[in-house]
Amino acid sequence: MSGHQRPLSPHLQVYRPQITSGLSILFRIAGVITSLGVFLMVWWLVAGATGADYYATFADLLGSVVGRFVLFGWTLALIYHLCNGVRHLFWDAGYGLGHEAIQPTAVAVLVATVLLTLGIWILAYATGGI
Amino acid sequence: MRTQMSRVRGLGAAHAGTAHWWSMRISAIALVPLTLWFVFSVASLVGAPHADFVAWVQNPVVAGLLILFILVGLKHSVQGLQVVFEDYIHCEGMRIAVLLVCATVHVVAAVVCVLAVLMILLKGGF
Repeated sequence: MSGHQRPLSPHLQVYRPQITSGLSILFRIAGVITSLGVFLMVWWLVAGATGADYYATFADLLGSVVGRFVLFGWTLALIYHLCNGVRHLFWDAGYGLGHEAIQPTAVAVLVATVLLTLGIWILAYATGGI
Repeated sequence: MRTQMSRVRGLGAAHAGTAHWWSMRISAIALVPLTLWFVFSVASLVGAPHADFVAWVQNPVVAGLLILFILVGLKHSVQGLQVVFEDYIHCEGMRIAVLLVCATVHVVAAVVCVLAVLMILLKGGF
């Protein structure tokens, strides 16, 4: 490769940020964060299979301020990836690709994400008080 | 330029066809109900003592759904991460190494999780 910089076609930096492009990259980032939660799931099931003492230690750790912060971030990423994933499935089936649908469905995904995530946490606080 | 043979094979320029794409969609559809079941079940288990957790997993329907969620979720995860790594890691050697590590982590995670569920189901733990 020579040091000569070849011209590039216009990329991200020349476009005004929009909700559609923002949600698009956020979909991928949220998917990666959701995947990282695999480690939490392994830890949780192994703790549950190990015994009551270790399970309690694990529950205390996740119930701490940092633990709750991590868990909240993870549920938010998971639920966003799920909601926007449903939007993608409709696109794959050929629906909602038009100019008139793309913006309202983006807002709907954000509203559904907030409502579902809050629902999970209200349930968690109501049943266990974490 | 496409030969008749390449058209019949239907594998396109990347020689992989649409198998990966279809696999992602099908696992995604299965994961919509499985994930909603999983997060709301776990949310209602929060703060519960260990005995409640064990009793929950020992319900065969729960154990079955957990194993389904683990296997389908990890498959979706490893295939999704594969695309991310393929997009952003341009050095071929590094890309292959990262994909191998990622796949190994997923397979090990699947085995550990399924074993944990089965051990709890059959004898209450390890």
